[in-house]
Amino acid sequence: MSNEETYQEYFVPHSSKLPILASLGIFLIVYGMGNMFNEMSSGTDSSFGEIVLFLGGLVMGGTLFFWFSEVIKENHSNLYSDQLNRSFVWGMSWFIFSEVMFFAAFFGALFYVRTFVVDWIGGVGERGPSDMLWGGYEPHWPMMNPPDPEKFAGPKELISPWGLPLINTLLLVTSSFTVTFAHHGINEGNRKKLTNWLLATIFLGVVFLFVQGYEYYHAYVDLGLTLASGIYGTTFFMLTGFHGAHVTLGTFMLIVMLFRARSGHFSKTDCFGFEAAAWYWHFVDVVWLGLFVFVYVLGS
Amino acid sequence: MNAVVEEHHDEHHDHGPAKGITRWLYTTNHKDIGTLYLWFSFAMFFVGGICALGIRAELFQPGLQIVQPEVFNQLTTMHGLIMVFGAVMPAFVGLANWLVPMMIGAPDMALPRMNNYSFWILPFAFGMLISTFLMEGGAPNYGWTFYAPLSTEYAPPSVTFFIFAVHLMGISSIMGSINVIVTILNMRAPGMTLMQMPLFVWTWLITAYLLIAVMPVLAGVVTMMLMDIHFGTAFFSAAGGGDPVLFQHVFWFFGHPEVYIMILPAFGIISAIIPTFARKKLFGYDSMVYATASIAFLSFIVWAHHMFTVGIPLAGELYFMYATMVIAVPTGVKVFNWVATMWQGSMTFETPMLFAIAFVILFTIGGFSGIMLSIVPADFQYHDTYFVVAHFHYVLVPGSIFSIMAAVYYWLPKWTGNMYDETLGKTHFWLSFIGINVTFFPQHFIGLAGMPRRIPDYALQFADWNMVSSCGAFLFGFSQLLFLFIILKCIRGGERATEKVWEGARGLEWTIASPAPYHTFSTPPKDMADAHG
Repeated sequence: MSNEETYQEYFVPHSSKLPILASLGIFLIVYGMGNMFNEMSSGTDSSFGEIVLFLGGLVMGGTLFFWFSEVIKENHSNLYSDQLNRSFVWGMSWFIFSEVMFFAAFFGALFYVRTFVVDWIGGVGERGPSDMLWGGYEPHWPMMNPPDPEKFAGPKELISPWGLPLINTLLLVTSSFTVTFAHHGINEGNRKKLTNWLLATIFLGVVFLFVQGYEYYHAYVDLGLTLASGIYGTTFFMLTGFHGAHVTLGTFMLIVMLFRARSGHFSKTDCFGFEAAAWYWHFVDVVWLGLFVFVYVLGS
Repeated sequence: MNAVVEEHHDEHHDHGPAKGITRWLYTTNHKDIGTLYLWFSFAMFFVGGICALGIRAELFQPGLQIVQPEVFNQLTTMHGLIMVFGAVMPAFVGLANWLVPMMIGAPDMALPRMNNYSFWILPFAFGMLISTFLMEGGAPNYGWTFYAPLSTEYAPPSVTFFIFAVHLMGISSIMGSINVIVTILNMRAPGMTLMQMPLFVWTWLITAYLLIAVMPVLAGVVTMMLMDIHFGTAFFSAAGGGDPVLFQHVFWFFGHPEVYIMILPAFGIISAIIPTFARKKLFGYDSMVYATASIAFLSFIVWAHHMFTVGIPLAGELYFMYATMVIAVPTGVKVFNWVATMWQGSMTFETPMLFAIAFVILFTIGGFSGIMLSIVPADFQYHDTYFVVAHFHYVLVPGSIFSIMAAVYYWLPKWTGNMYDETLGKTHFWLSFIGINVTFFPQHFIGLAGMPRRIPDYALQFADWNMVSSCGAFLFGFSQLLFLFIILKCIRGGERATEKVWEGARGLEWTIASPAPYHTFSTPPKDMADAHG
């Protein structure tokens, strides 16, 4: 909080069409997805859901483009005070906290299953009577033999943590360093350094996604490890899948930052957009470390 | 104040609201957005209320008279969902929008465009949710707690749209809460320390934290449902190595803090109103802040007290029982402080004060039945009976809802510039007060006698009290039309309100004109002496 002499007024934007368009966009996206999933599960031959989803994507994408452009324009017109920039910093921090809690739900599910459910299904412990459902069933973790193999065919084999996952770990950890070098580029006013290291980070992110995609392909085709192969496949794909989605978003953010860097944006005192993308990147990196330990190494 | 600042002021803020419908569609003004939230919440209150009256009409007599059991299940589910996510939560967000910036001397919410985005998602979300009544297989019918596998394997196809509606509500809540937290942490007028903030601001700061922490968990649990339903995952299917009880753990990890999300802002409102009409400073301000924070912390570690009968290990039952009982301590601190504030005060009983006092008494009754429910062996008897229904309606209706009504009466003169009709307001209070007690008090009796919840028909021994309860519900429900009338009348005119409105009112919002100008505190106020009651 500044004193009265230096107080710069807090910029309150005039009315804007963007929020209502973004609401429409996000509604069309979820309404389209809802229809798509229901059509898929009921076997209906209709592309209504896809069309609505596509329209929603267009509305949402366009709106976000103009929204961010407007924010950048306002920032460059010096409308934003230090206080307002602090609002962005707080806002991004709390958003990342909400993402942490989203992952916590899925990690929590994994821990609960491993710690309690596996024993209980096998008739061990205080909820042993659940043994009545599948008498003589012997559970193990990782669960290769779900209790009802007709509904859930277990995987033949699992992904070894010391192959592709280890490579992916190295890729992401390295990318956390490269994005920091890019940040140093901003602080030193060295644009070449900024763009080169940013490019390297994006490259590492894209390679990570390709490796992850190949690993999924391998799991589905060769190992019989799928979303529907029982609780191991469920937790494995949901955790790594949501992480992959976040890496995709983070990579996209970094690509936007690359374009902005090339158009001469960012200086030592004015680089919130870059910092936000970098924090997000570190966040997905930390989540990956959790995944590597709990899903890959301790999980198999 | 120097000249440069004054000039800026003229440049940016001399415009009033835009004309016509676009004012509401495109607005970035915290007062407009607060108004939108409040009207939306009021509309949902009536929709959820119609569902409730459908339930009570069916239960007026034993046997099936009005609706089939399938429809009855849809009514109970939609009543709960709409009241929780559509009526109570948006009402508190609306109040936060109106009041937080005025209470801390800020020009607006920190992120005004995102603020409007948070609101406009809601009509889409609830439009989609309510439209499930018209879908094949009907609306959600698995209870507002949507336990798996009722909500997965055995759910109607509309569950997919329910899931996405919950996602939209979550996105709205998270953005709204980020806005509230950032506003409070970053936008306080110079000189206002955290411990000088009005309690409504404090309680909302903590509520927003709870929301950001648990709405993503709700998003997680509905995503698990979505995957189980459409993509063959096994989260809640024991056949694949999962566990339906896992659903309950994840859901209640969200659900219990959610309960406090619906009551902490109410504590803030009551802590503003009682000092005003007792003409004393709030007793024990610091302890109120610490009690609120303690309740919020405890809310994260007591979730399984909703699941005592599902079969959790004995150590778990004991832990969750004692942890739950501990919540009575900070809650007791609050009730004590409200009573001590009134002690030897020079009290008057305008409508907001009537609602506030009723809140203290009736919320405490709901709290006591909560302690009864926390006792594991007793809960085995009470679980899923009308006693539980009576318990949580006592904390939600004369708790949350009464606090919202108290807030509306208390700040309506500041919002509209006119006084509401005091006689009508008091009439509304007494009708609501009687209606609510006639509705929910007998439910304690039939619950203890063993009547299960969520059942459209019942044994003859429960007939009398059910009839009484239904009469109370219709009295309460139709009294709310009077509330609507009072608000509309107040907006259209009435005795002019002064700046301060209430003789004993304290706080920055009472230093500005009534009605509050479209833009307030474009430059921060300086005098913090009177910032909180």
